[in-house]
Amino acid sequence: MSLESSLRAKRAAGRKLLVPYVTGGLPGWDDAVRACAASGADAVEIGLPFSDPVMDGPVIQEASERALRAGATYPSILDSVRRLDVAIPLAVMTYYNTVHRAGHRRFASELAGAGIAAAIVPDLPLEESAPWTESADWAGVETVMLAAPTAPDERLVRIVARARGFVYSVGLLGVTGERDSLASTAATLARRVKTVTGSDGIPVLIGVGVSNAAQAAEACTVADGVVQGASVMRRMLDGGPDAVAAYVAEVRAAIAS
Amino acid sequence: MTLMAEPSDTGRFGEFGGRYVPETLVPACQELETAFRQAWADPGFRTELGDALRTFAGRPSMISECRNLGDRLGVRLLLKREDLNHTGSHKINNVVGQALLAKRMGKTRLVAETGAGQHGVASATAAALFGLECKVYMGAVDVERQALNVFRMRLLGSEVEAVHSGSRTLKDAVNEAMRDWVANVGATHYCLGSVMGPHPYPWMVREFHRVIGDEAYAQCQVLLDDVPDVVVACVGGGSNAIGIFSGFVDGRSRLVGVEPAGGAAVGRGQPGVVHGMRSYLMQDEFGQVLEAESISAGLDYPGVGPEHSHLASIGRAEYPSVTDGEVVEAFQALARSEGIIPALESAHAIAWVMREAHAMPGATVLVNLSGRGDKDVAQMMDLLA
Ligand SMILES: Cc1ncc(COP(=O)(O)O)c(C=O)c1O
Repeated sequence: MSLESSLRAKRAAGRKLLVPYVTGGLPGWDDAVRACAASGADAVEIGLPFSDPVMDGPVIQEASERALRAGATYPSILDSVRRLDVAIPLAVMTYYNTVHRAGHRRFASELAGAGIAAAIVPDLPLEESAPWTESADWAGVETVMLAAPTAPDERLVRIVARARGFVYSVGLLGVTGERDSLASTAATLARRVKTVTGSDGIPVLIGVGVSNAAQAAEACTVADGVVQGASVMRRMLDGGPDAVAAYVAEVRAAIAS
Repeated sequence: MTLMAEPSDTGRFGEFGGRYVPETLVPACQELETAFRQAWADPGFRTELGDALRTFAGRPSMISECRNLGDRLGVRLLLKREDLNHTGSHKINNVVGQALLAKRMGKTRLVAETGAGQHGVASATAAALFGLECKVYMGAVDVERQALNVFRMRLLGSEVEAVHSGSRTLKDAVNEAMRDWVANVGATHYCLGSVMGPHPYPWMVREFHRVIGDEAYAQCQVLLDDVPDVVVACVGGGSNAIGIFSGFVDGRSRLVGVEPAGGAAVGRGQPGVVHGMRSYLMQDEFGQVLEAESISAGLDYPGVGPEHSHLASIGRAEYPSVTDGEVVEAFQALARSEGIIPALESAHAIAWVMREAHAMPGATVLVNLSGRGDKDVAQMMDLLA
């Protein structure tokens, strides 16, 4: 199932897009993914835990450390992905060294073999991305590109051109984590990216710093949808899959109205 | 053509280096590269930097001959005395350069990572001198074993934050400094402390430390009328080593970078990508970065600067390792025989010479004594008492 065509179809039907993030390998993470799917998520981003997650704040760092301590490896996570049996597309979020160590082609085909539609590699900027994107294209894995508030317009054009699945419009200057309010950069950047994509181009989702249902609704006034990371994972760490389900349903309701 | 020329357009030394940073930081790295290129070509900047190194950092640093230890080992042993620089190590060379550059770029704040605290102290010092705000990230383990340096940084007006994630040492301090930079990229310059990180850092930091090699080359010409047979330095990220290597890389000297046994990136690592660069990295089969383990906080790092990976892969430099035990012995030997207490980092280079001298009788060996041991005295007191 292609991530981009699925998201485009839902957007065409008037739906705002919701992509929760779940750290793979944490006890109960597979139930959390199923809970997201059952509670209104349009896709799920599965984080492959990494020892040095430079784009992540304390909550996702904690989740990654716990998953690694529980013995998680990317092959064991992909094994579980095969058994998830959810009806929405799945993406992985992975730091680049995981890809580099495995080898680009091997990693891309392992993702495809597990039924993963797309990959997000937050420490792989446009200039360094070719070895990966060539392999991903070859294996049929869509590479989501991140657009940052610091990017000049001409860079946004190149990022959008290379993006598959959706464009991840980074909501603020900073790492993942909950904030009291949606940063002003979130709407400013999403508008700039939308200007490049056009209204029926590749979907634009705001992620990083979208911290609750109200902020998600606010973000959806300019973007096609949102990625929710730390707010989901805090509930996962504190309450488990049921707490995740309740939260995803709450966000879905807020962006539907 | 020198072997240690500018990296490629994409910041590569051979197949190592590059710029693997989150999108947010790409424009900042580009801006820094442009600013450094312009400053480095500007005689005014060079003069300003040279003046600061001379009148503030105390350069040039001298070369001392170790007759007692040298005689015992059967080699001619010379030390490049970076330990005598202001703030006690080579780190000041780079920091003065970056602080001047940050001012030139209109930045008002520095962030830095530190292991042993020497780069943190140097950054705090330069920030005080040049009127910049400064925040230093330091692993919680290192905050404990380098308590004096933490207090020094605070005395100098910097904020020090202990990092509790991961292995709670240097690699995690780098992560946290990068996270800070991502969040504050407008007014903040990331004052990286070694020849590592994304392009242009490995190149820029090398250029700021080239002064060590340039001076040492000229000093050896006077003293030996020749280059030394062997040039030795300890390697954490590799800045003091690259600095002294730069003076000798195009000649006949054997170049030796000494890693700690518990942090042997070149010796035990495979190519990997972390902290913005592709370089040798201690990692497991799935690419998880392994925790380094060394008695010396400044070398407790699982990676290494990309130019060292390049020099290793083309066979121009070699990267053996020494054990903590050998380091403790070398630390005491230099103190007792020469009246010089070295930094634990620098003691790695001495330890290698002590172990290998028998295989190079009569050789002239130049060691970069990257720092002094004051900061390590409390730790050694606990260990040896
Ligand atoms: C005295 C001294 N030498 C060496 C190092 C290691 O750094 P590098 O390998 O960049 O020279 C440090 C780092 O803290 C240090 O304090």
